[in-house]
Order: sequence, then structure tokens, then C-alpha cells
Amino acid sequence: MTAYPLLSLAIWLPILGGVLVLATGSDRNAAQARVLALSAALLSFLITIPLYAQFDTAKSAMQFVELSPWIPRFNINYYLGVDGISVLFILLNSFITITVVLAGWKVIQTKVAQYMAAFLIMSGLMNGIFASLDGVLFYVFFEASLIPLYLAIGIWGGPNRVYAAIKFFLYTLAGSLLMLIALLYLFMESGGSFNILDWHALKLGMDAQKLLFLAFLAAFAVKVPMWPVHTWLPDAHVEAPTGGSVVLAAIALKLGAYGFLRFSLPIAPDASHELAWLVIGMSLIAVVYIGFVALAQTDMKKLVAYSSIAHMGFVTLGFFIFNPLGMEGALVQMISHGFVSAAMFLCIGVMYDRVHSRNIADYGGVVNSMPKFAAFFMLFSMANAGLPATSGFVGEFMVVLGAVQFNFWTAFAGATTLILGAAYTLWMYKRVVFGDVGNHHVQEMDDINSREFLFLGLLAVCVLAMGLYPFPVTEVMHASVTDLLKHVAAGKL
Amino acid sequence: MTEMQKLYLLVPLAPLAGAVVAGLFGKTIGRAGAHTFTIMGVAVAFIASLFIFQDVQAGHTYNGDIYTWLESGGLKLHVGFLIDPLTVMMMLVVSFVSLMVHVYTIGYMADDPGYQRFFSYISLFTFSMLMLVMSNNFVQLFFGWEAVGLVSYLLIGFWYTRPTAIYANLKAFLVNRVGDFGFLLGIALIAAYCGSLDYKEVFAQANNMAATQIELFKGQPWSLITVVCIGLFIGAMGKSAQVPLHVWLPDSMEGPTPISALIHAATMVTAGIFMVARMSPLFELSDAALSFVLVIGAITALFMGFLGIIQNDIKRVVAYSTLSQLGYMTVALGASAYSVAVFHLMTHAFFKALLFLAAGSVIIGMHHDQDIRNMGGLRKYMPITWITSLIGSLALIGTPFLSGFYSKDSIIEAVKASHLAGSGFAYFCVLIGVFITAFYSFRMYFLVFHGKERFGHAHHDEHAGDHDDEEVAVDHHHGLAPGQKPHETPWVVWVPLVALAIPSVVIGYMTIEPMLFGGYFKGSIFISEHHHAMKELAEEFHGASAMALHSLTSVPFLLALSGVVLAWFFYLVKPAIPAAIKEKVGPLYTLLDNKYYFDRFNEVFFAGGARGLGSGLWKVGDQAVIDGVLVNGSAKVVGWFAALTRLFQTGHLYQYAFSMIIGVFVLLTFWFNRG
Repeated sequence: MTAYPLLSLAIWLPILGGVLVLATGSDRNAAQARVLALSAALLSFLITIPLYAQFDTAKSAMQFVELSPWIPRFNINYYLGVDGISVLFILLNSFITITVVLAGWKVIQTKVAQYMAAFLIMSGLMNGIFASLDGVLFYVFFEASLIPLYLAIGIWGGPNRVYAAIKFFLYTLAGSLLMLIALLYLFMESGGSFNILDWHALKLGMDAQKLLFLAFLAAFAVKVPMWPVHTWLPDAHVEAPTGGSVVLAAIALKLGAYGFLRFSLPIAPDASHELAWLVIGMSLIAVVYIGFVALAQTDMKKLVAYSSIAHMGFVTLGFFIFNPLGMEGALVQMISHGFVSAAMFLCIGVMYDRVHSRNIADYGGVVNSMPKFAAFFMLFSMANAGLPATSGFVGEFMVVLGAVQFNFWTAFAGATTLILGAAYTLWMYKRVVFGDVGNHHVQEMDDINSREFLFLGLLAVCVLAMGLYPFPVTEVMHASVTDLLKHVAAGKL
Repeated sequence: MTEMQKLYLLVPLAPLAGAVVAGLFGKTIGRAGAHTFTIMGVAVAFIASLFIFQDVQAGHTYNGDIYTWLESGGLKLHVGFLIDPLTVMMMLVVSFVSLMVHVYTIGYMADDPGYQRFFSYISLFTFSMLMLVMSNNFVQLFFGWEAVGLVSYLLIGFWYTRPTAIYANLKAFLVNRVGDFGFLLGIALIAAYCGSLDYKEVFAQANNMAATQIELFKGQPWSLITVVCIGLFIGAMGKSAQVPLHVWLPDSMEGPTPISALIHAATMVTAGIFMVARMSPLFELSDAALSFVLVIGAITALFMGFLGIIQNDIKRVVAYSTLSQLGYMTVALGASAYSVAVFHLMTHAFFKALLFLAAGSVIIGMHHDQDIRNMGGLRKYMPITWITSLIGSLALIGTPFLSGFYSKDSIIEAVKASHLAGSGFAYFCVLIGVFITAFYSFRMYFLVFHGKERFGHAHHDEHAGDHDDEEVAVDHHHGLAPGQKPHETPWVVWVPLVALAIPSVVIGYMTIEPMLFGGYFKGSIFISEHHHAMKELAEEFHGASAMALHSLTSVPFLLALSGVVLAWFFYLVKPAIPAAIKEKVGPLYTLLDNKYYFDRFNEVFFAGGARGLGSGLWKVGDQAVIDGVLVNGSAKVVGWFAALTRLFQTGHLYQYAFSMIIGVFVLLTFWFNRG
């Protein structure tokens, strides 16, 4: 293990980079801002690689731990560490930031420095969420990360951006206020500790657990988002700039799911079992109901947004069937969805940049003018539909296998995604990409340039690699997932 | 890694390499480069398969893993090979037919701008199909299963500007996904109860699964193995196009003809048959599942045959014939005659690929007119195509001594010997099916190659390939101009026809004895002692020649003969009769013409229903209830409350002072009354 505080670097390097980018000032220095932002993003990603390379897969405990007092009076610490559950998200997040910077390279022409800075700072804050082991630190990162995303939507977004940004902000804030109360309650109960790991061991009665569980559920369900608190997501996606959608889908949605594993399950294990039916029910509704809703969409971004909700339904389903296949499958699904949804939004962004429309009806026959793009889009669409040999298959497959162990009909309902996912994704693909050239806008579309080829290519490699050889990904998770499941099975009563 | 293991790896990887090169560097290497690379890849796979076949004949089978794909919850999933007689037979069939189709494609797609892309796809298909048949576990099987589905999707939609093509490929993918849904649940149940997805482990626990009961519905315990097998078979119904999941296959004819031969006749659609044969140790333990298989197969065999009679598109006739023959194979599976099913799979692969490629040759000769009503008398102009088509048709209808005879007659005998529920119905279906097969096959044959020459009228009617897509396929002006004559196709087209005609004639005679009765499949296929069909077949078998001679007086032969004679009479001697019959049986004709209304029903009920449900849930559930009532509703409540409190914020000092005094008064009252 190195002596470098890797986690602190993963958090503060992009934030520092963001501040430096801000310092380039006005759009006259946009070129510098872009180069600086890309360097910062690359460096921040490189710094996270040792987290994976040096990760001890045999250990379930926290690794790369950093602990120093922050506000001693309330026993609040700057306490960082990662386990097999969280470490991969730091890598994912840092990687996605690179594609976001590349995707915004040409498209963003106003307030370039601010745009790049917002995403770099957000990247650091998100890493902070995944690495925090102190309740207050977590909460600060959790809330702070809302701000750059809010700004990204509110400033660089579409025509209805203010409505979407406020809806997004209030929705998520309302949920997390309940979480704050839960955190304070845990602080009191534990005799003055904000240490999340202490809370895991804290004995709690059933009623207290249930209330805590529901408070956390309110916060995390909104973030995931789970049915029925999902309606902010399509609006936010539609108005967000491409980069915003990418981060929103690839990373921000994972925060809620991650919260279940870090808070709900270990702190309230008995309530989790008791109320599993509720979460499973909401998850299955997300898969089936949202699958149908996605079919009815006419706006590509909305369609992919709904598809995200359905895919995240698989994640929460996997968590609450309480077996290793389900939980690891859910984690794999989260990472895969990070790649695939990012790629889908980037693809839509590529088309939007050329035609300035997200409506399916405004396209048709894109393959005629953009064959290279069509090939990439095909790959990602297939991954979104869960085709084997892409990452999209692995998580869904594992969760279905896990769900059958839990209950046949749960698996049955979940597996309908095989049909629904293919239906809404490929139907959109057919209407947008196949067919005769739809109109002169499509006729005039240029195929992807080398920058676009680069970020789509990077994601394509990730999607395929993870689909063909997911072993290294799941290997990291085993020890921590096993430990968590044992902890949840043992209970606190 | 031993030499043999390297050879095993070479078989799928060589076509993959060809696919990657042709796909990514198609522009650089050009047309000749693309077909050279891919054909070399497939040729290597075929030659390697021959060596492996020899090795397996010498008794060397193999079952081993290449790498661990995933490990989770005690379940280890691998990518690995199982090389046994069943596998190696499939490898030979797949790589040989694929090689022929590759060569043929040089001629068929000569003018197509997507030439390199096409070669890349068919090589990718060959890779996927080989991975499917060589798998030693369910995960890789599912991988191959979906990968061939993907390539099929891409190839049906190869001419992507045609609305019918991109409708057909989406339909094919989604219908197959319905099958995969059952398949996946079957696999998941196996994983849950066996803790493994390796064939060997699972088969070892088959008896435990048969003894296990699960309650899917309260109070109705079912045998686990029945549920598993039905799940797996639903997958096979999708891929091998069994009723009611058959609807995608006729539409798949929108794809170029070479892939109709390779994917939608010879190999991919038989994946379901192969899979069930591979799973014989499971299916044998569930009579209920076998009966299900038997009945579904029988329905497909007979009722899809009927539809072949009224088709006028040359490819669609062959497509319905394929559906019907897949039904025959399925029936054989249901009768526990797995080796017979696989035997028919093999013979069918040769003669049906031949028939499709010959149809393609006719289509080229006719300048992309596919309507058999516009043909006639082609035997003069396309002699090689004519003779090979005749051979293919004779093999298909089960002419004694030809390959199709041995396999089909064995199926009929096997069903006769089966005692499962539904076997009587199945026997009836396959018997009538023989007549139907002969009738539609020779209806097409006579209409195309004999009789009056009806071509040479420029026409634009409603046949399948008729769309304005000149940009994509330059030679898609349809039909021959007046005075123009059909012509024999170039050697790259007819050589594969001849190469496929030879096995179509001899392969049955040569291999029936070892494959069905000589224990070739020993160790690959398992038959329970309760199922006697194969035993009875073996008792009656006295050599291939005797079987053929004996059949000359049997019912199936007479049925086939009468089918041919009737087709000859109807379509060459008295062409007025069919039209008169058509008039007479109006409703029946309408039913057949609408393909029993499966498509209409699916379009309205499933596709329309799903779209309707989707927009209903969206508009009512999401927009009206959640956003309208809950989200904006709570915002309204807050707003209303704020408006109410705003009344108090008047800005007048005296009002504030007054309310403060009242407040103090109220609080004091409470304070003092506290006791």
C-alpha cells in the first residue's frame, strides 16, 4: 500500500483542477480551459488506478483508510475509506468525467471554463460520497454534489431548464432532509459518533430501524430514482446538456443505490428484511411499468431516461433479494449502466449537436449519412437491451439468477425486461437509424469526428470488455458483499 | 494447452478473425480482400472440424474450460468446449454450409455496396454458431444463442432502407426475445437448484431435479424438471420457429438469399433442435415436457405446410417448407428420437440450403423477380439450377435412397412407436405432412422450371422484394424486360449448388446406420428405458437399401407420390383447377392467405396493446397522478398555505402588535391553567 492519500487525491485533485480551470476566466481563454480540464480529468483518473491495482480482494474491511479530526467538538472526522462495494464507483466516476470533458469540447461555447469546472468539481464531490465513512462528511458531499449539477442544468440546459432544475433540486433535497434527521438520530443513539461503521454495529430496536429505514428510503429512492418518485429524472435529462445527462445517468443515480448498501441494509438489517417486499415491489413496478412507459416516448432522451429507471429497478431488486448473486449482479448492473447510459446519452448528444432535435420523428435513416456512428449506436443499444457479450447482460443475468433463488415469480416479472428492454431500445433505433433518409437535416449529418470516435470507442471497449470478462469486476466485490450479507442476515435484534 | 485444444480454439476463432478484418478494415482490403479473408477463415474452421471429427471417431472426446467468465455466490461460470460426436457433427454441418454460402455470396452480392459488411456478418454468424454448438455450459450456450440472434437481426435488416426489412428484423428479434425469456428462466431454475451451469454437473443432478417439486401456484406442485424443460423449450420455439413463435421466420426472407440459406434454413433455426437434443438427459425425465414438444412440433409440421401451398414468392415457399421441416425435427425430439431429429437436421441442412441457394440462383436469373407465377420453363435456360433444384426437392419430399427419405421416414416410424400423450395426433400430422410437402414442393418446381414461359413482362406487383431501393442494391429492378431471357448464373453461384446436391443425395444412405443405430451418439444423447421408439426402430432396420426398397410399398411413399402427381396435374396439365378450387373454398383460402391471423393478432394485441398500455401508464400514471396530483399537487398545497400566511404579513405595525398581544394572552392562559 502506498503512503499517498489516494482517496484524498481522488477527491481534491479534480476539485483543485476545477478551481484552476475557473481561474482561466472568460471565454477568451476557452482553449486553455479545455486543455486544462482534460489534463485534470486524465490525471484524476490515473490517480484512481492504484485504488484498483492495490486493492486487496481478500479483505472485506475498509482499505486506503484516512482519518483525521475535522470538527472535534461534535466528533466529526475527515474519515475516508473504500471497500469492494465502493471502490469501483470511484474509478467509474473518474473515467466518465473524461468522456464528459471530451463531449463538451466543441458544443459548449459559452462559459466554457465554468462548464468544465462544474463537472470537475462534481467529479471530486462524487468521489467524496463514495469514500466517506463519516456521516456528516457524507452528507456534505451528498448535498454539495447537487449544486454543480443544478447549475449545469440551469445554465447550459434547454429552454425549460429552470423548471427542470428546480424540480430536480427540490425533489432530491426533500428526500435528503429526512436522511439528515436520521443521521442526527444515529448520532444521538450511538452516544455521539458520526462514524458510519460504528452505526453498522449499533444495536437498534425494530421500530427505530423501521423509521430509519423509511427515512433513508425517502432520500435514496428519490436519487435512484425508484417508482413513484422518478418523475424528476425525465425532465432533468431532457433539459440537461449532454454532459449533465451523462453524469446524471452514469453517476448520480448510483448514489442512491449506493446509499442502500452503506446505510439502509447495514444500519437497519431487520427492518430491511421486514420491508423488503416494499422495495422489491417498487423495483418490479419500475421494471415493468416503466418499461411500458419507455415504449411510449417520442423524445429520445426521455426514452433513455425511462430506460435508466427500469435498469435501476434491477439494481434495487438485486439488493433486496439478499443473496450474493443478486447483490453482486446489482453492483455489476450499476457499473454497466454507468457505461451504457453514458454512451446512450452521448450518442443522442452527437445527433443533437447536428440536428438540434431530440425527437425520434425528426430522424430516420441516420445510418445513410453516419455509418460509423450507427455501428457504435447499435452496440450501445444492444447493450441497453442486455445482449450477452455486452456489459448490460451480466448484471441482469446475475440478478435474474438470484431472483429465482428468492422467488420464481419475482424473477419472472424481472425477466420481462428482456422483451421490454429490447422493444423500446430497438424500436427507437429502428425509427432513428434505419430506413430511408428522413429529411434534409439527416442528409446533411456528418459522420462522427475523431474526438467523438475517441469517447464512443473508449466506452465501447469498456462495454465489451466487461461483457466478455466480468470476472475481475466481481472479484473485487466478493469479500465485502459476503460480509454485508452476513451482517444483514445476523440482524440486530 | 495440447495440440487438439489449440485446434478446438481455432475452429471458432478463424471465422471471428475474418469477421473482424472484413468488418473493421473492409474499406482498406477491398471487396476481394474481404471475401478472401472470410472464406479462408471459414475454410480453416471446416478443415479443423474434419480433423476433430477424425479424432472424435478415434474415441477422443473433450470437456474443458477456457476461462472463468464469472464467479458469484458459489456459482462458477465458464467459457469452455464440449467436443463429442454431436458437437463435431454440428461443427461440420455449420462450417461446410457456411463455406458454401460464403462462396455463393461472391456471386449473389456482387453488385451490392454493402459487400464487405455482408461478409463480416456471415463470418460473425459462423463464429457465434460454432460457439453455441461447442459450448459445455448453459451460459455460453445462451451467449451463442443471442449472438446468432443478433447477426440474424443485422442480416434480415441488411438492406436497411427497405421498410419491410427493418420491420422484419425488429419482429424477429422481439419474437426471439419472447422465447429467450422462457429460456433464461429455465436456465435460472437450473442454476438455483443445481448450483452449476455446466452440462456435466447439471446432467449428473437430473434425477434430483426430477424428484424435486416446486409450487409455482399455491397447492399445485409441479415437477421441477418439467418446468425447466418447458422453459428451455420455449427458447427453442423462438429460435427454431415453432408455433406460435414462428411468425418471424417467413418475414425474415427480407434478408439476402444467402443468409436465408445459412441462417434461416440450415443452421441457426436448428439451434433449438440441437439444444433439446443436447439436453436429452433432462427432457427424458419429463414425459409432460416431451408431450408438449411433440404436440407443438406436430402442429408446426402440418399447419405451416398448408401455408406453403398458397405462397407465390419463391423464397416464402421454401421458408414455409423450412417451418414445416423444423416441426418434423421437433416431433422427433418429442418422440425421444433425438438422434433422428439431429439426423434430419443434418440432411435438411444440405437439401434446404441447396433449395434456398437454387432459389437465389433463380432470382438472379430472373433479375430479382421472386414471383413464381412469372416464371416457368426455366429448365432450358438454367440447367444446373434446374437439376440441383430437382435433387433438392426430391430429397425434401423423401424420395427413397435420397437423404431426406432416411431421416423423414425414421421420424414417422419413431412417432408411430411413441406412446406419449399426443403421439397419435403427431403421427397423423407428420403423415399428412408428407403429402403436403410433396405437393407444395412440386407445385413450385413445376411452376418455375416447367410449363409455359411466363416471364418477360415488365411488372410491378406486390411480391416481397418489391421496394424502391435502387440506392442500396443497384440491380434491384425487378423482373425481365420483354424479350429478355433468364441466364445461368456464374460458377461461384452454381458450384455451391453442386457441392450441396451431392450430400443431399448420398448423406442419408451413408450415415443412417452409424448415426441412428450404430451408437455414434453414444455418450451425447441419453434415452430413458421407458421410451422405446429408438429400440423399435433398430429392430426393424435391416440396412439402408432394404429400408428404401421396403418403403416403396409404404403409405408415406404413396402419399409423397400422390402429392407430386397432383401438383403435376394441377399446375401443368389443368392449371384452371387450382383457381377454381380457390374460388370454391373462399374462407379457407382467406384463412391461409392471412397465415391463420397470427400476425394480425400479434400486431393488434401485443404490439398495439403494449404501445397503448405504455402511453396510458405514461399519461395517466406519470403525468396525471404522480406529477399532476402528487408533485404539483403538493406544490399547490404549499402555495395555498403560503398564500394564507401571506395574509398575515400585511406590513401594518398595529396588526402585528395586536396579534402579539393575543398570542401572549393565549399562552398565559395555558400557562396558568397548567395546574
